[in-house]
Amino acid sequence: MDILIYGTINSIMLALMALGFALVYGTSRIPNFAHGAIYVLCGFVTWVFVRSLELNYFLSIVLSLIVTGLLGALIYRFVLIRVRGMEISEIIASYAIGLAILETLRWGGFKGTTYTLPVFIEGSVMIGDIPVDYQRILVVVLGVAVVTFLWLFTHYTRIGLALRGMAQDERAALMLGIDSDTMALVAMAFGSMLAGFAAIVLLPLGNIVVEKGYNVLIQAIAVCIVGGLGSWMGAVLAAFIIGFAQILTTVYLGAHYQMVVAFLAIILTLILRPSGLFGRQKELEERV
Amino acid sequence: MSDQPILEIQELTKTFGGILALNRVSFQVNEGEILGIIGPNGSGKTTIVNCITGFIKATSGKVFFRGKNITGKAAHKIADMGVTRTFQIMRPYYSLPAYKNLIIPLFSPRAKRTGGWRGGGKLGDRNTVGIDILEEIGFERDSYVPYKMASTLPTGYLKRLELARCLALKPDIILCDEVFSGLSMSEIASMVPLIERLQMEGITLIMIEHRLRELFRVANRIMVLNFGEKLVEGSSDEVMANEKVKEAYFGSEDVEEVMSYA
Amino acid sequence: MENRRKERIDRGIKVRTDGLYSLMGWQELSYLTLPRLLLIVGLLALPLIMPGMYWPRVITIVCIYALLALSFDFLAHFVGLVSLGGAFFIGTGGYISAILNTSFGMHPMLAVPIATVSGAIICTVLLLPCLPLRGVYFAIVTLMYPLVLARIIEALDILGGTDGILGIDSFPNAWVEQYFVIIVLLLFLFGARRLVNQDIGLVFRAVKDNDQAVRASGMNVNTYKAAAVFIASAMGCFGGACLVHIYMWGGISLFALDFSILPIAATVIGGGGTLVGPVLGCLILVPISELLREFGTLRIVFYSLILVGFVVFRSEGLMVYGERKYHQFERWVKV
Repeated sequence: MDILIYGTINSIMLALMALGFALVYGTSRIPNFAHGAIYVLCGFVTWVFVRSLELNYFLSIVLSLIVTGLLGALIYRFVLIRVRGMEISEIIASYAIGLAILETLRWGGFKGTTYTLPVFIEGSVMIGDIPVDYQRILVVVLGVAVVTFLWLFTHYTRIGLALRGMAQDERAALMLGIDSDTMALVAMAFGSMLAGFAAIVLLPLGNIVVEKGYNVLIQAIAVCIVGGLGSWMGAVLAAFIIGFAQILTTVYLGAHYQMVVAFLAIILTLILRPSGLFGRQKELEERV
Repeated sequence: MSDQPILEIQELTKTFGGILALNRVSFQVNEGEILGIIGPNGSGKTTIVNCITGFIKATSGKVFFRGKNITGKAAHKIADMGVTRTFQIMRPYYSLPAYKNLIIPLFSPRAKRTGGWRGGGKLGDRNTVGIDILEEIGFERDSYVPYKMASTLPTGYLKRLELARCLALKPDIILCDEVFSGLSMSEIASMVPLIERLQMEGITLIMIEHRLRELFRVANRIMVLNFGEKLVEGSSDEVMANEKVKEAYFGSEDVEEVMSYA
Repeated sequence: MENRRKERIDRGIKVRTDGLYSLMGWQELSYLTLPRLLLIVGLLALPLIMPGMYWPRVITIVCIYALLALSFDFLAHFVGLVSLGGAFFIGTGGYISAILNTSFGMHPMLAVPIATVSGAIICTVLLLPCLPLRGVYFAIVTLMYPLVLARIIEALDILGGTDGILGIDSFPNAWVEQYFVIIVLLLFLFGARRLVNQDIGLVFRAVKDNDQAVRASGMNVNTYKAAAVFIASAMGCFGGACLVHIYMWGGISLFALDFSILPIAATVIGGGGTLVGPVLGCLILVPISELLREFGTLRIVFYSLILVGFVVFRSEGLMVYGERKYHQFERWVKV
């Protein structure tokens, strides 16, 4: 029973981490390897707003989300747009930016005390006979809300529909007057905001450490590869598969195997079914 | 020479998502003949080549080479058996000189086994073998054409280079994907004798073509594809007289007839 | 106002020396051999002229990074595989050599070659799943292997855990320590340059440019990719194996990001595609990073920013510029 609960919580956590990456890749085919760095950076910025500048928590959240979205847009506008289309260069460039951010934070940002964000609601509740704290329940609720919001957004708003169109067929979207660069900019901004949102919701469960940046990156990529690069539904499903696998190994083998599970998931997917669960790219079939 | 056809295709079908590219195509090719495959654009001609040579996995159906089932085998294994192909969108190694383009196929296991085109079982120095093949296929040795960069060669030479790449493997079959396209009249005029010479050397050729006049001069048999289905098969005269073929190319005034094909 | 454009023409002496068909005078011979001699003599002489104890060791570290950069350049520009995790090779080779030395008591001069070959085999096998796929997947997987392996060792506390493996023997002699690595680097460098111009090198380049045509010629593309990965990982594993014997310690830091990022930055600065450029790039970057050691992990920020700059502005790199100047001259011509 507790496996079910913790599994669900973990899966939603993974889904939150991965959604930003999936959105950016699905829309503009850019693998944003700065995803983990943006995650940690947003947490750090929120911390600065809340603890150092002592602003209202809610206000800080809104502000740091805006800042993060701007950062994503800037990264696209000044760096990624120049290497658009060359996938390897995109990976190198975004990875280098992510590294620069993370290592700068490691050097200059976190000194001394542990950095934590306060939880939204204190206390916990008993489900059956397992204590679950409110923050984790909030994670599940917010996670479902975000996925629903994204679904509605991409089905009913103009910008959302444009993003979906780009994701499905870039050429066709171009012919309809949807500008590829603008959409990629919007996607990067949104993807970064999603990463930031995930940070704000998840970081109160622990503390803000630079290592989380790398972990989030690995897990987000694992979820997206298993689900199929470019498929949002696949990402959600994969988050559940990996999430439950991680909880099962924690229960039976110990807590430190989580990263191993994520990585094994990648390797297994590449061996058995490289396009992932719902991937639209047939890796082994190329048009001649 | 056996009575068994060298290549046999049974009920080959291929769907790309919702599109039915090939619909239960069956035919045979006899050893040493030239089979022409024609049809309007989008009728699945290149898809057939891709499925036979293993670049794409067919959805269903079988391909037999000398009686052996080669369906679904990897592309390089099929080439290793002697079933080679040229590419419609040419793929020479642009950054290398023409004769060095042949070093790569001469490096393959099949070339080592058979000694290349004239090797007779033993492969000599790859550079010289490459130049010999090019000379045979029409690159004039004296004007240093074989030594030119592939990126500077005109289309006629590049098409010959594609054929040379197949020859380096001492093939049994060459599937020529539109070798006559993009060539000027004089280039075609020199290409046709080359095709005839290849047939005389014993190679079986399957030629996908749009340029019918030249194709009819070399082909023994013609097969027509339309919308992924085989329409008719026979000699060039039979095929061109066939009503369905005419409709496929020119259309029909009878709306109902046309709708029944779509 | 007349219009002019710049024209680049090969120097006469280059045309004469292209394709060595006849005996040449000393001028042509020195045109060809002088740069190479300069490199060889320079590298061999460096440990002798560097003062003190500290800088000769830096030379050795330069050579180890140079091996990594060489392997990156070889894979990326001659086979088409971008390896974002040089630390994977260093760590594998290093840990194997450390274990061979401490647990099996093997002498360093024996452990290093065995670690090189076995490490290369292990790395190639671990990278096999992503070889048939698009290049993106190779980049992703190589990026992750060092991160994940470091975490596994730390979490499971195997192979020495966070403390690492201590008490590794060093090389018999300081001179051996320095010259062993330099000589092997030179062998790999000139070997790789020779290889890419041989027939098999052409096949590798064909795999990069046009793998469909290679398949149509009856060759298994994945076998050649695996062979290239084997060669590149051998270079990296050798570097890692030597590293543990130099520091007499081997730990998780073998998987550090330094080893992944600095070779890429060095290749980009030195000129990708030349195989010598990355070596030069390391000669520049590694001493700078030693000087920046007090700034901690900020040096990774430094490499990353260089990397972003070069990738974004698509600059040529030093060796490419240098080769161009050496082989060609420019002049303005009237249009």
